[in-house]
Amino acid sequence: MKLLPSCDAYAPLGSTLGGNLISESVLEVSDLTTRFNTQDGVVHAVNGVSFELRAGEFLGVVGESGSGKSVTMMSLLKLIPMPPGDIVGGEAMFEGADLLHLGREALRKVRGGKIGFIFQDPMTSLNPVLTIGKQLSEPLILHRNASKREAIERGTELLDLVGIPDAAQRMKAYPHELSGGMRQRVMIAMALACEPQVIIADEPTTALDVTIQAQIIETVRELREKLGTAVIWITHDLGVVAGLADRVIVMYGGEIVEQAPVNHLYAHPSHPYTQGLLESVPRLDQKGLELTSIPGQPPSLTAEPVGCSFAPRCKYAFDRCLTDNPTLTEIGDPVNEHLVKCWWNIAEGKERYER
Amino acid sequence: MSADALTQATDAAASPGDREVLLRVRDLKKHFPIMKGIIRHRVGEVRAVDGISFDIYRGDTLGLVGESGCGKSTTGRVILQLEAATEGTVEFQGRELTSMRGNALRKVRPHMQMVFQDPHASLNPRMTVASIIDEPLFEHNFGPKAERHAWIEELLRLVGLSPAHANRYPHEFSGGQRQRIGIARAIALNPDFVVCDEPIAALDVSIQAQVVNLLEKLQDELNLTYLFISHDLSMVRHLADRVAVMYLGKMVELGPVDELYDDPQHPYSQALHSAVPLPNPVSESFRERIILQGDIPSPANPPSGCSFHTRCPVAQPECAQRTPEWREISPDHWVACHFA
Repeated sequence: MKLLPSCDAYAPLGSTLGGNLISESVLEVSDLTTRFNTQDGVVHAVNGVSFELRAGEFLGVVGESGSGKSVTMMSLLKLIPMPPGDIVGGEAMFEGADLLHLGREALRKVRGGKIGFIFQDPMTSLNPVLTIGKQLSEPLILHRNASKREAIERGTELLDLVGIPDAAQRMKAYPHELSGGMRQRVMIAMALACEPQVIIADEPTTALDVTIQAQIIETVRELREKLGTAVIWITHDLGVVAGLADRVIVMYGGEIVEQAPVNHLYAHPSHPYTQGLLESVPRLDQKGLELTSIPGQPPSLTAEPVGCSFAPRCKYAFDRCLTDNPTLTEIGDPVNEHLVKCWWNIAEGKERYER
Repeated sequence: MSADALTQATDAAASPGDREVLLRVRDLKKHFPIMKGIIRHRVGEVRAVDGISFDIYRGDTLGLVGESGCGKSTTGRVILQLEAATEGTVEFQGRELTSMRGNALRKVRPHMQMVFQDPHASLNPRMTVASIIDEPLFEHNFGPKAERHAWIEELLRLVGLSPAHANRYPHEFSGGQRQRIGIARAIALNPDFVVCDEPIAALDVSIQAQVVNLLEKLQDELNLTYLFISHDLSMVRHLADRVAVMYLGKMVELGPVDELYDDPQHPYSQALHSAVPLPNPVSESFRERIILQGDIPSPANPPSGCSFHTRCPVAQPECAQRTPEWREISPDHWVACHFA
């Protein structure tokens, strides 16, 4: 059995940054709703989120803490603690089946086998008492029926692939013997191990220093060109996705508020929250601009959203925003695939829809 | 070392624009001992801060940037005498602090305060907001209770909270509001100098701008001098007048903010600068990046010569042998590199 082809054997998919996207979708999520039943009441963490991920695409998901970006992605693989978590409704179609209704065994095959996950903190997501080699070969043995020897061989290859020097030696090392950046590389190698169609990365560089973050991002860029895996990259850093993503989703209060190809989103942010977020980040390449802060606090999510969840902090809000929750709709030229969830047309300074 | 030369240079020739030097740090070192064994004998030391010299001018903001473990927080703590310096001097308003003890030091403390990184850990959960802010006022005999109370209400207004918040507890506030309470406590005694140790690192992006705007407003109104410690280079560019870059306990570059960002001289400053992702997909795709190889060495066992030579893209053999001198390459622009 030729267990795993070397990376050269992967056919590079045509998708490049911002270019012609392959439109075939690998993952289609519709109306996903997740709640947490806590002692203090129900937390509406994810409220009717719909999006698709296309083959070979790099999808950036941006939002602040509590915006529901991680819970959305973890719900897909039921990685949230249930209870208190509860996936109330929705559908996540992957390879012709609904992930949310898969049985335990089928779900196990998907987790790590077909959808890889990279977590934020590599120290807590690696097992401290097992060697890197042991942890890296586990998914191969489990999902690919590899023998121990094959798994170790492939594991070494993978460490090499993600840029870990002296891979054979590192296979015998324990997590604490590696630096933060190296551990995150191991996490990436583990996610890649079974050649998943989709990799979900949850703030993979947030815990790292900026020069180490640059190393990891460069590695991810190279891997993308080599492997063409579809990636969902969750982050709060608008800078990180700007250089990596094809398409970006902006989340706020458990909902998607804006979605567009990366260039279009940064050039024409159309939701007040996206605009505010871009204005509140100081720019290394531009100086002298005053920081515009978004007043107020993020929503508490303990009540089901009635109007637009951003309305209390929004400078454009008017009566309709408080009573009616807008839906995510396409704006402008359909070619741009730009979706916004807002009643107000900022560019034209008027209501977006007739009443 | 060049510390004497530095003092002379700033005393005589430069003193740019007759700016008053509020804080003068010379050759400051802080080494933490590593103890081992049953009798706890010393087997080595972590050189958290290893010989740094700089000035901070009154009314200025000095940004101090660097990666985790480079000694930037320790620098802030040693300046405030929260940790005893191993070597070197800290001169604050003309008075040398490192040799001060007890009451003398206590008299200086109200003039220098600190805003901490984690607003959850730096406020006592069992104390009300009023008692948190009152503590330094009471300790330093600010005045009778009524007077203190009026000042606390004034402070709360100043940091954008309401006097009605005075009797609440920290857990009732969000991260951004808690940081405002921490700021109110820091400015309660009308300090001249405030060390802000990563005050926005724990906050959400949309809240960061609120806190930074508040710090800027307070600086204008109260004529504060800041040492702003951060790993966020974009925020430091926005806030600082001068910026210092640290690597492994040493300063590698110090200069006016625009010079340092537009034309960084030290290879590490250049790499750090190019590693920051820009929120602009167009400039990101054309950008040339310097990707440093390897990890940050341990400060317990720093490399010989220039401590950056193990990762430096332009390192020469001599870098491993000779420690670069801290020299002024243009007015108020200091670099420690043989080739800058």
